[in-house]
Amino acid sequence: MNRFFYIVFLFFLVHNVLGKTIVVGKGQPYTKIKTAVHVASPGDSIIVLKGVYKEGNIVIDKPLSLVGKNLPILDGQKKYEVLSVKSNNVTIDGFVIQRSSVATLDDPGGIKVYNSNYVVIQNCILEDNFFGIYIQYGKHCIIRNNKIKAYGIEEQQIGNGIHCWKSDSLLIIGNKVDGHRDGIYFEFVTGSTIWRNIANNNIRYGLHFMFSNDDAYICNVFKNNGAGVAVMFTKNVKMYNNYFSENWGDAAYGLLLKEISDSYIVGNHFENNTTGIFMEGTSRIIAEKNSIKQNGWGMKIQASCMDNTIKKNNFIANTFDISTNGTLVLNTFDNNYWDKYEGYDLNKDKIGDLPYHPLSLFSVIVEKNPPAMLLFRSFMVTLLDKSEKIIPSLTPDNFIDNSPLMRPLLL
Amino acid sequence: MNRIIKYVIIDILKNKIVVAYTIMLAVLSWSAFSLEDSSTKGMLTLLNIILLTVPLVSILFTTIYIYNSAEFIELLLSQPIARKKIWFSLFIGLSMSFIVSFIIGAGIPLLIYAPINTGVMMLLLGVIISVVFISIAFLSSITTRDKAKGIGMSIMLWLYFCLLFDGIVLFLLFQFSDYPIEKIMVIITALSPVDLARILILLHLDVSAMLGYTGAIFKDFFGTTLGFLISLCLLCLWFIVPYWISLVRFRKKDL
Repeated sequence: MNRFFYIVFLFFLVHNVLGKTIVVGKGQPYTKIKTAVHVASPGDSIIVLKGVYKEGNIVIDKPLSLVGKNLPILDGQKKYEVLSVKSNNVTIDGFVIQRSSVATLDDPGGIKVYNSNYVVIQNCILEDNFFGIYIQYGKHCIIRNNKIKAYGIEEQQIGNGIHCWKSDSLLIIGNKVDGHRDGIYFEFVTGSTIWRNIANNNIRYGLHFMFSNDDAYICNVFKNNGAGVAVMFTKNVKMYNNYFSENWGDAAYGLLLKEISDSYIVGNHFENNTTGIFMEGTSRIIAEKNSIKQNGWGMKIQASCMDNTIKKNNFIANTFDISTNGTLVLNTFDNNYWDKYEGYDLNKDKIGDLPYHPLSLFSVIVEKNPPAMLLFRSFMVTLLDKSEKIIPSLTPDNFIDNSPLMRPLLL
Repeated sequence: MNRIIKYVIIDILKNKIVVAYTIMLAVLSWSAFSLEDSSTKGMLTLLNIILLTVPLVSILFTTIYIYNSAEFIELLLSQPIARKKIWFSLFIGLSMSFIVSFIIGAGIPLLIYAPINTGVMMLLLGVIISVVFISIAFLSSITTRDKAKGIGMSIMLWLYFCLLFDGIVLFLLFQFSDYPIEKIMVIITALSPVDLARILILLHLDVSAMLGYTGAIFKDFFGTTLGFLISLCLLCLWFIVPYWISLVRFRKKDL
């Protein structure tokens, strides 16, 4: 008998914790999401059945679970922000959210989270919105497995895929962003993780960091974005195992680092970019075990950088491995593999006996006088480069890898 | 005319230099591709062959060949054959043998190892460069009767196109670096067939760098179909014009 009471008690407990379930759809008690949200009490679940819902702006102002069955469509008709979350502990799962309004003053999004914590947005498809998912003043929010697509043509007429502002402890996992201004945008966001996302074909940056400290982005793919990935005015960022590829153009970089310090760039792949890594005003960065392959410029390290360590990277088939704009060198290069290295290894310790000067004369010339690119690979220039390698006169002679590897690292 | 071409080709084959040239090209390109671990480096070696060796061999061999066949030409002139035909047959015979030896020597490894676009492009440009320098050799050998002078002139022209021209361009680039000279530079490259060929190949080899801020200008011109066609036409002019001038001189020449 006691056991029975326990079970009944547990049942009520569970019932209270789970809240009740409200079904929205054709032929159900509620046909509108708005009314369902209105009657629901905190902790309830709203299950939305398949269909098209054109209800204008839906505001969720209490802790609810909004679950879509078979991807119901929420349409903003290009007039409204679709979902506004203004409460903690809201879950949004499995919707198609499309056609939000476009306004540059209040930045409407497909889903916008206002000053709320513990919000989960998952398994949604966002299409043709101004901003995809927008989080402002959010903490401990999770954005997971969403597909975000837009058809932006000009930078100023489209928002970012995932936009986070003044937030903390976010998890952004497994999303796919395509065709927005920036794929993922972080401004004043701290302690957050970006993991396994794919940001392709965005107009500006695949990932854009501003003033966001103590974050990590791991195992993401950034391909064919207007200008690659930018990490600016930030410290303590960890960049592990990402792919940066095919960011082509005038001012396009695989990874653009500007005014950033104390960060790690480890195990990334930079392939087929105009510039693999561009560093300006960076300090105390460790770049290690990256594969830098087939870029126009492997790395551009401006003279404003200091105390960076570049070690154990593979530089393979880049047009120029390294380029810089001055003669001051305050960075260390060590144990990298350079495919242009022509030294020997007599004691067979797999480290070249001669130091390697990664900076070619011609890359210095091109930096100073860009049209000289026209003469690249001509016999004259090859001669100049060879003589410079033997007796460095124009290139800084401390720009040097004292222990270049003889064989590429397996990365 | 066909018969004269046949005689010229048989004569060149008997000479064995062109055969040696083919074998040399083959050895260089096969070893370039099989020794290096990436095909890019092999292509760079081939690029240097196209830009240096091919012009040198074709211009020198052709100049000397024409001087040496002066008696053969005189013999032909005593027959009822138009001068135009004789000169043209010589040109075709020489061009054919050089084109075939380039295709056999360098073309086969290129098509096997290089990516197909780049391979075809380099093959095409190698062929055009051979013909261009043969036609320049025709011009220099008709300009003077003195053999030493003619050969000297050929060597000078080779030096100019392969080395000096780039030096002059580099010098100009630095002298006028304060001015927006990118567009003018594109025009200036058209003044050297070697540079034109090099840039067209660069657009395939170093495509990532050519998309950088400066390369973009060249990419915008040479990378488009129109630009490519224009540069091909310019390259063709580089063998049509010298040949045509040499033809005019040959027709008027008192032998």
